[in-house]
Amino acid sequence: MKLELRGITKRFGSLVANDHIDLVVQPGEIRALLGENGAGKTTLMNVLYGLIQPDEGEILLDDQQVNIHTPADAIRAKVGMVHQHFMLVPVFTVAENVTLGAEPVRGLATPAIGRVRSFRLPSLGLLDRRRARREVRELSERFGLRVDPDAMVEDLPVGVQQRVEIIKALLRDARVLVLDEPTAVLTPGETEDLFRIMRELRAGGRSIIFISHKLKEVQAIADNITVIRRGQVVGERPPSTSSTELASLMVGRSVQLRVSKEAAQPAEVVLDVQHLSVHGERGEQSVRDVSFQVRAGEILGVAGVQGNGQTELCEALMGLRPATGSVHLDGTNLSHASTRDRLRAGIGYVPEDRSEDGLVGDFSVADNLILDVYDQPPYASGISLNLAAIRKSATARVQEYDVRTTSVLTPAGTLSGGNQQKVVVAREMGRDVKALIVSQPTRGLDVGSIEFVHKRVVAQRDAGAAVLIVSSELDEIYALADRIAVMYEGQIVAFVPPTIEEQELGLLMAGGGGAATDAEPPDTEPPDTEPPDDAPAAAQEPEQP
Amino acid sequence: MSDQHEAEPAAAPYSATTTEDTGAPASGEPGGRQPLTGRLIIQTFSEGNTVVITILAIFVALLVGAILIVASDPVVLRAWDSFSYAPGTALSATWDSVAAAYSALFEGSIFSPATVAAAFHGGSIAAIFYPLSLTAFEATPLILTGLSVAVAFRAGMFNIGAAGQWIGGALVATWLGYAVNLPIVLHAIVCIIGAFIGGAIIGWIVGEIKARTGAHEVILTIMFNYIMYNLLTFMLSSQSLMQAPHQTNAVAPNIASSAMLPHVGGPPPQVGVGFLIALAAAAATSWLLNRSTIGFQFRTVGASPSAARSAGISVERVWVLAFVIAGGLAGLSATTIVQGQTAPLTFNSYGTYGFDGITVALLGRVRPLGVVLAGLLFGALNAGGTVMEAATGVPADVTNVIEAIIVLLVAAPPLIRMLFRLRRSRGAGAQAVTSKGWSG
Repeated sequence: MKLELRGITKRFGSLVANDHIDLVVQPGEIRALLGENGAGKTTLMNVLYGLIQPDEGEILLDDQQVNIHTPADAIRAKVGMVHQHFMLVPVFTVAENVTLGAEPVRGLATPAIGRVRSFRLPSLGLLDRRRARREVRELSERFGLRVDPDAMVEDLPVGVQQRVEIIKALLRDARVLVLDEPTAVLTPGETEDLFRIMRELRAGGRSIIFISHKLKEVQAIADNITVIRRGQVVGERPPSTSSTELASLMVGRSVQLRVSKEAAQPAEVVLDVQHLSVHGERGEQSVRDVSFQVRAGEILGVAGVQGNGQTELCEALMGLRPATGSVHLDGTNLSHASTRDRLRAGIGYVPEDRSEDGLVGDFSVADNLILDVYDQPPYASGISLNLAAIRKSATARVQEYDVRTTSVLTPAGTLSGGNQQKVVVAREMGRDVKALIVSQPTRGLDVGSIEFVHKRVVAQRDAGAAVLIVSSELDEIYALADRIAVMYEGQIVAFVPPTIEEQELGLLMAGGGGAATDAEPPDTEPPDTEPPDDAPAAAQEPEQP
Repeated sequence: MSDQHEAEPAAAPYSATTTEDTGAPASGEPGGRQPLTGRLIIQTFSEGNTVVITILAIFVALLVGAILIVASDPVVLRAWDSFSYAPGTALSATWDSVAAAYSALFEGSIFSPATVAAAFHGGSIAAIFYPLSLTAFEATPLILTGLSVAVAFRAGMFNIGAAGQWIGGALVATWLGYAVNLPIVLHAIVCIIGAFIGGAIIGWIVGEIKARTGAHEVILTIMFNYIMYNLLTFMLSSQSLMQAPHQTNAVAPNIASSAMLPHVGGPPPQVGVGFLIALAAAAATSWLLNRSTIGFQFRTVGASPSAARSAGISVERVWVLAFVIAGGLAGLSATTIVQGQTAPLTFNSYGTYGFDGITVALLGRVRPLGVVLAGLLFGALNAGGTVMEAATGVPADVTNVIEAIIVLLVAAPPLIRMLFRLRRSRGAGAQAVTSKGWSG
């Protein structure tokens, strides 16, 4: 189906989120919408899906003007949307989830009285589970979306949950499918699967709008790229366009895609972790006997597919999760120290989930900037807060770290993701730290913010901090790490230099390294692993018991 | 610092969670224009901010109260029977009845023009302030239990147990009041401190159980209320414990006069020292919540326990400390009754102070200043209600209905917006606080 948006304009107060946006998507086309966070991509798609009413403009499907006021209208017009955050019931099966709201029934029909006006009784009758299952299976086969209709959604990996969302849209016969940042939650492998599915759908004549701010992905999958900046279409480009050009279009200035950094000058060991084991939420052992050292002035990157114990490792290092083994900072034993004591001892911590753990959304930017130093001078004397000092330091740091906010009193939750992360970074890197633990620091951030965060991390290293960075983005690991530790199923399976081939690293992350994936966790390091040339002897991988 | 959200109604138009997803007004350019005052007022009203909603809620509640007043007045009802041929009579009778009741309410709680006239003709000037002193007296225990609930709220917890903590304070203050001999000022102070500690201990037990076992504070505090109600009856029913000598009723002995809270300002009208304690407690609570590191911890835990943990704040310790302070404030509420009135402690002295504290805290948007204002409003309705019943025969219970409707409407802002066709507001203070309280 051909989709055409004409002159879509949406204002929020004085801010123009969409400024006369025109967009034409042909049947069987994958169109990428590329833009920074806050550029207006999602607003535009919410207009298309009936979640937001535009102030001006019209929507045409197959050259017919349509009115879309609610998501129900959109579904009727055969527009489907897969949101960034899935709308699934975790304790329902796949089949139950996809039929939710359009349950196939057999037996009793819905009584007529139930259809009076807009007030509808739930349809009576027996849920036709068999039909639901069959439909899911048919769709899965047709588009190569492998999903077990009887699996419980909560047991499925994120990538498969996303497939369930796509099936949900297809089951309602969506001809135009909007995927809002679909790869943000996926591993590289899952992303490949998604792209394969998208190509299948394109072959089936469906139009796909793919929203992303990741250049590589857009170049890999899109037929055409529309770049949006500050609510306006600033260009349409073929996927062959260079990354640098796309990035400059997006940001409106030239950006460095990879921060330049000098070779590391590792000094003495600062962070020394020995035989650390951690139990996860369900009592399973999520970190198994991990040992490593990070020296002053070096960045150790922990690479791994998400869910292999990285989250638990960081939380254990911060004392947020009980663990066995030892943690030393600069010779001080912190193995049993509280989170507070670890912070005071000189560890900076950028948590993985910034909106949940890194910030208090309701608090002002100023309050968030002192969240873990609120009782330290100059912000407090005794138990009394020094509001003037807090505000003064906040103003200075908002400027230094280029946090875009109307005032330091603005609630942090109203800032864009990039600016929220800048607040966290300003807090954790704006004070003297000996070690820095940084987890997924640029997840969901746009190119400009990524550049900024990366520069700050490197600056901390150059200032002599020992940096541990956890990321599931290989690009990030390559851009920052001086040494790479690969984590798989709770263990560090290899320490490798950043010169390692991407394919080889990917293999290690998948638990391979040449060996069968089902094999016992390797007792010795995989054969293709070499200690980094420039790494000092003491930092080589410790013996696995 | 905590008042920022309310002080800045023109901040970002979208709530915290939606901005990132809609890609809407993210950073907001620094050049955001400041609307003119006139426009600001119109905007405030049209979008229904929390203060406006509260005022409109009071207005609607008074209207509903008017209906009850009419229904309780046989003269008006009879006039309405003959509405078809004498509509004027019915309407004027209605007006007269409602006006009389509400003026009595007003004169009984705030000020009566008659006293001014009397003062001009050589009467007592002090008499002008008599209704206000009654309001202050009624408001005192409510402000303190309201503060108790508010402190727990700000730390993310729902304190249903102010009643039980009140009893804890009352038992200690009463015992210190009659069983200990101390010089005059010192005795009262010792009793006040004892009451604070008594309430704090009950709160502490709840906080400690929650921190150690993760049990929900709502269940714990409700159960502790039952325990304390019955403990009070038990203590007051046994001669070997706290029952007054030669008594068969569940009554404690009168406390020594040296332990009574004095009044300020001579013969009526006079302001009890209890009221001054309540105001001081409100000021202290405000400072604690907004200007101290302890309050910063409370607010952080209240807003996001996981972020608090990551920032090195011990969430469990905050729970315990918040309940200790909440309990202490409820205990202080007890002193204003036990030491502020001549009547001895009985098995039902706790009245409804604990639960009214919840409504006062909600109406006051869980901010100390708001709690004082809400406490005064409820105090005025209570004080005026008695006068209204005496003067016009309208049952004083009407004021309880008015109180309940105010809180109901404030807790459900969409109702007010629907009634007055206001546009959606940004922050629904009490609502948000309530849901957070439960989830904590």
